[in-house]
Amino acid sequence: MLAQQLVNGLLLGATYALFALGFTLTFGVLRVINLTYGFYFTAGAFIAWYLTRGGTGLALALPAAAIGSGIIAVILDALLLTRLRRARADELASLMVTLGAVLALYAAMTALLGPDIRRLPQSVLGSGALVLGPVRVTQAQLLILGAVTVLAGGLVWLVRFSRLGLGIRAVAENPDAAGLMGIDAARIAVLVSFLSGALAGAGGVLIGLAFNAIQPYMGEQMMLRGFVVVILGGLGDIFGAMLAGLLLGVVEVLTAAYLASGFKEAVAFALLVLVLWTRPAGLFGRPPPRRA
Amino acid sequence: MPPWLSDLLWTYQNVLVALGVNGLLALSMYVVLAAGQLSLGQAAFMGLGAYASALLSLRLHWPFWLVLPLSPVVPVGFALLVGGPTLRLSGIYLAIATIGLGEVLRAVYLNVDALGGALGLSGIPEAAPLWLIYLVLAASLFVLWQVGRSRIGRAMEAMRGDARTALAMGVNVRRYRLATLAASAALAGLAGALSAHATDFIGPSDYGFETAVSILSFALLGGVASPFAPVLGAAVLTLLPEALRGFADLRLVLNGLVIVLAVLFLPRGILPWRMRRSAA
Repeated sequence: MLAQQLVNGLLLGATYALFALGFTLTFGVLRVINLTYGFYFTAGAFIAWYLTRGGTGLALALPAAAIGSGIIAVILDALLLTRLRRARADELASLMVTLGAVLALYAAMTALLGPDIRRLPQSVLGSGALVLGPVRVTQAQLLILGAVTVLAGGLVWLVRFSRLGLGIRAVAENPDAAGLMGIDAARIAVLVSFLSGALAGAGGVLIGLAFNAIQPYMGEQMMLRGFVVVILGGLGDIFGAMLAGLLLGVVEVLTAAYLASGFKEAVAFALLVLVLWTRPAGLFGRPPPRRA
Repeated sequence: MPPWLSDLLWTYQNVLVALGVNGLLALSMYVVLAAGQLSLGQAAFMGLGAYASALLSLRLHWPFWLVLPLSPVVPVGFALLVGGPTLRLSGIYLAIATIGLGEVLRAVYLNVDALGGALGLSGIPEAAPLWLIYLVLAASLFVLWQVGRSRIGRAMEAMRGDARTALAMGVNVRRYRLATLAASAALAGLAGALSAHATDFIGPSDYGFETAVSILSFALLGGVASPFAPVLGAAVLTLLPEALRGFADLRLVLNGLVIVLAVLFLPRGILPWRMRRSAA
């Protein structure tokens, strides 16, 4: 029983980690708390829902949803944040702009498509399962594990070991100095927006698979988890976000199993407040916290 | 009271209540914004004031003149607990810590039977007449106007410009942040208690994400140059959807777009005149 809960928690946490990766990447590189991030998650799930309903397999629907949300992210970033970046506005201005935009987007989507919950077709999910002793892993969970490993691994490789990643890290360090070294900071910003949107979109498809409930405000419910994960892991810290995501998944599943499922959010939030009181740089405390 | 006036009041009762309550909420947002902070927990604080006061009225049958002054206690406690640790950090941490609070509390209201669960709390005595709502609004406006013109207002304006410079000028930035956060939660709590006792019903979903963003849109449309500006913003955004009936679904789209346009193109709001201050 406990082993099964732990496995479920880790797999849920893997999707949280994937979702939080793009969010923390955006902040780490572009210094923006981008609240439209939750909308990319919703967009990914909806794109996958439309495609699979039309008979497309998940092998095609997942990358299509990721690319589609990545493109949406680039467009929204250009519309909302270019002006503020040029004016070197402070972090709160970009936070407020994206907050207003995301409410408008969710509300417009609800008005157009209706608030009801959509489900992926049965054939997409598969009913097989892998049984290892007392632990049962469903096909959907295996897919989540595979997708998260590939995407998170790819991101780490890109940021750490590729030439492009060197540019990303340079812009994160200091955009002006990076510009003087011949790095096109505006192009890096577009790339980072695309990557984060694609990660969020993929996360939306995977969470859609795990819970099989897709509706416009699902991204908003996910944002709370995103905040808990990035604060626990340290704002802007990619490895921290991965570990914190897994941790949050396990904590949520154990809360639901042994306490009550209605208190999942409250426990996650209590964790956030506790970390802010005791270790504002995150549990793994690498980057110094940003003081006022 | 002449009959045409009482007819008018009766017909537009809900709008008039919303106008007063939203004005108070806009002021609660103004208090933090004017000190250069961003709290996204105003809806949550309003909900805490509403639930706490409704429970005092319903379960303990306390009179409203006692319940109303106590309504800020719970929201202020939560604000200090959640916002306290973030006040020494950069401004984004307060926003992050408070943005989830409303949705978390919604889940708690829904799942605790003593708080009414999904049905909410009904049968709250309608003890808050219109004049009381507007009296509280006018009193808050007066106090904030006086505070804004004093050296406290000057310190808040300095913090809004640049917290580090203000610190170097001898402003106790942390103490001001703590005080403004507490005052803001208190105003939101009062607004919650008044609206709960003006409408007799409160539900778990009234104080979530949408409400929080709408309150921010009131303050950003008006601006924070003086306390009158956010109240005007709230009035415009409360009355506009009433005038454009049939577009009710799009009210939230409007509030969201107002924030985007105000930050990008109108950072000083529609009422940018500053308060006069004598040289100190």
